[in-house]
Amino acid sequence: MRISRRILAGLATASLAVTATSCGGGGTSGSFDDTVTVGILHSLSGTMAISESTLVDTEKMAIEEINAAGGVTVGGKSYKIEYIVEDGASDWPTFAEKSKKLIDQDGVPVVFGGWTSASRKAMLPVYESKDAFLYYPIQYEAQECSNNIFYTGATPNQQSEPATDFMYKRSPAAGGDFFLVGSDYVFPRTSNTITKAQVKQLGGKVVGEDYLPLGNTEVAPIISKIKKALPDGGIIINTLNGDQNVAFFKQIQDAGITPSSGYYVMNYSIAEEEISTIGPEFLEGHYGAWNYMMSIDTPASKKFAASFKKRWGADRVVADPQESAYNMVYLWKQAVEDAGTFDDNAVREALVGQKFDAPQGPVEVMPNHHLSQTVRIGEINAEGGFTILEETGVVLPQAWNQKHPSSKGFACDWTDPSKGEKYKL
Amino acid sequence: MELLLDSLFNGVAIGSVLLVAALGLAIVFGLMGVINLAHGELMMLGAYTTYVTQLIFKLPILKPFYNSYIIVSIFLAFIVSGVVGILLEKTIIRKLYGSPLETLLATWGVSLILQQFVRSVPLAYGTGLVISLLIGLFLPTTFPSKIKESINFKYFKFSSWIFAALTGVLTGSVISSSVSKLSRASARNVDVTAPSWMRGQVEIIGTAFPKTRLMIIVITLISVIAITLFLNQSAWGMRIRAVTQNRQMSDCLGISTEKVDIITFGIGSGLAGVAGVAVSLLGSVGPNVGGNYIVGCFMVVVLGGVGNLLGTVLASFGIGIMTDLIGAGRLLSIWPDMPLPLSNTINFFATTSMARVMIFALIVIFLQFKPTGLFPQKGRMVEN
Repeated sequence: MRISRRILAGLATASLAVTATSCGGGGTSGSFDDTVTVGILHSLSGTMAISESTLVDTEKMAIEEINAAGGVTVGGKSYKIEYIVEDGASDWPTFAEKSKKLIDQDGVPVVFGGWTSASRKAMLPVYESKDAFLYYPIQYEAQECSNNIFYTGATPNQQSEPATDFMYKRSPAAGGDFFLVGSDYVFPRTSNTITKAQVKQLGGKVVGEDYLPLGNTEVAPIISKIKKALPDGGIIINTLNGDQNVAFFKQIQDAGITPSSGYYVMNYSIAEEEISTIGPEFLEGHYGAWNYMMSIDTPASKKFAASFKKRWGADRVVADPQESAYNMVYLWKQAVEDAGTFDDNAVREALVGQKFDAPQGPVEVMPNHHLSQTVRIGEINAEGGFTILEETGVVLPQAWNQKHPSSKGFACDWTDPSKGEKYKL
Repeated sequence: MELLLDSLFNGVAIGSVLLVAALGLAIVFGLMGVINLAHGELMMLGAYTTYVTQLIFKLPILKPFYNSYIIVSIFLAFIVSGVVGILLEKTIIRKLYGSPLETLLATWGVSLILQQFVRSVPLAYGTGLVISLLIGLFLPTTFPSKIKESINFKYFKFSSWIFAALTGVLTGSVISSSVSKLSRASARNVDVTAPSWMRGQVEIIGTAFPKTRLMIIVITLISVIAITLFLNQSAWGMRIRAVTQNRQMSDCLGISTEKVDIITFGIGSGLAGVAGVAVSLLGSVGPNVGGNYIVGCFMVVVLGGVGNLLGTVLASFGIGIMTDLIGAGRLLSIWPDMPLPLSNTINFFATTSMARVMIFALIVIFLQFKPTGLFPQKGRMVEN
């Protein structure tokens, strides 16, 4: 497995995926009564491949762990989990197409997949029309609650709201004005609408807001606006995506927008993986908010990081999206075992209320198909990790945000047929 | 005053990134009429050259000279992109002169190949490959004319390619074993860190300017001056201009148009490499870095008037200053108590996305009135 991977690294990623599938699985099949095949659907090529391939690695690791511990036991029979990896190719319609293939042709009982909101929105109608089940592991803007999707990432009230609160009340720039920067697509815009409402509630002021079109790295006009709006420092909320962060942090540092001159940036899309790409020297002293951080000092967290390094290489890191992907595989396994069948409807019912001792701490599946999670605020340190400053208790997920004007007063509950996707509180 | 200076500087800074990126294209597209969609990928190669140079300069032998790696990488990037450009001309573009649509498709294909190449080949071996190309293409031209004219020249040529291949493999393995970061293929974006003397800001007349931006302006300025001098003062420059104006006539007068094509394309591509160094200072370096600039490059060349360097210069600074003026809402700070509907409109466009929309709209309007750009080419050839 390892050798074939190295040779294939030179070939196209698509063929890599196929090979990985054919020799994947691991463990000995002799001791199992049967096998069950699940679907993994992430981008293995294109711009999102860098991020999404880490999720594939994590999901494979979780499956291998489960197999090594005896697989899934359903109705007294032990099943070995096998997987089919499909490439969404960073192209949203492809995600929908591959979903159809996995459900209809391969007949998988569950698909683990997606990263961008755009890919999820493209897949959603497929799962709803076929009444299949998608597990989606990324922190996102919420404002969605499907009976056919299970969301294990944070909703805004499990990430941005505690972070805004921290920045306004307890950060070195406490009480300062806010400037919001993001990439121009749905997550940053929704997240910033919520932040604006929250800052208003807190009594603060948002003095500026700007969005960089995806792919654009010319941040000079944004920098002059920040300097004009926040002449003496302040709080910057950053929801830029991927590479745009590199351009942003390199150039704000050159322009003197640094923690030492009173500017503090809170980031929602920068995890350990991104810190090592951007370079900790540009990020030191700024902040991040996540449910999981690699520096969490618990045996579960350390074990998770260590097994990932052991499986994929000592230079690899684990971050929040990966932890989320890891949890969802285990939660699916537990729900299947509780339901005693792989049937979607039974598993869906059994899923709500499932508890799991995740690397971040205990998590529980709520009736709105989201997870209750712990929120952590960390300061980025010179070693490229987070120094954890604050930790909330378990925060319940809000599928419909209570600060966003369009969804205030609504909630989601799939356990009660009279409530469903969106009901008035 | 300070505000004006700041605004002007920002405009020039944005403009010079556009200019340095578009300069090579202005030559390839403007002088040769080749729609080179792989231009962005030639920039990307330049950016990766900077990254490789940076890592090689971290080796113990070169460590004392680390601070000058960026200067060295400008020359290396010019050579690397130039060589790849020459190879591209020799193998593909030469067969497609006069058929712009086919060139467009072929170069787009090349751009995809180059992107995938850097994703799936370890950079150490990529470097080795470029070195073999360099030796293979240029070693035969250095042979004395006696050998060149002999019947057995093809054997000499063949053996020099073998030598080139061996050198390439050797360099590849040496780099791969000494710089671990270059020994594995990765689709992940990498980062070029400016040397310490280029970080931070300088203060000029009370306003602070980022040093990297100043460096890019300097690189752009030098490139523009060098290319202008080359085209207008050197013998090869004169030949290039002659071929641009009338290919058949130049051919009749004994100018080797084939050589002129190679040199023009090589220089255009080399300039793309230099642009790659400049953009690597601003953001991260990845397979898609060039693609982000290609639209802007064509916009500048078309707006400036195809085949005119002065037009390209003015167009890029024009777009740069407009971007800053609109995107940062400068007019409001110059005239703070503007009437309400006007100030609301300006505020609406004062975001990066909307500023882009506005710039494109203005260019479209401009091209309605002057379809051939700021400085259209004049003369009999234009009518054909």
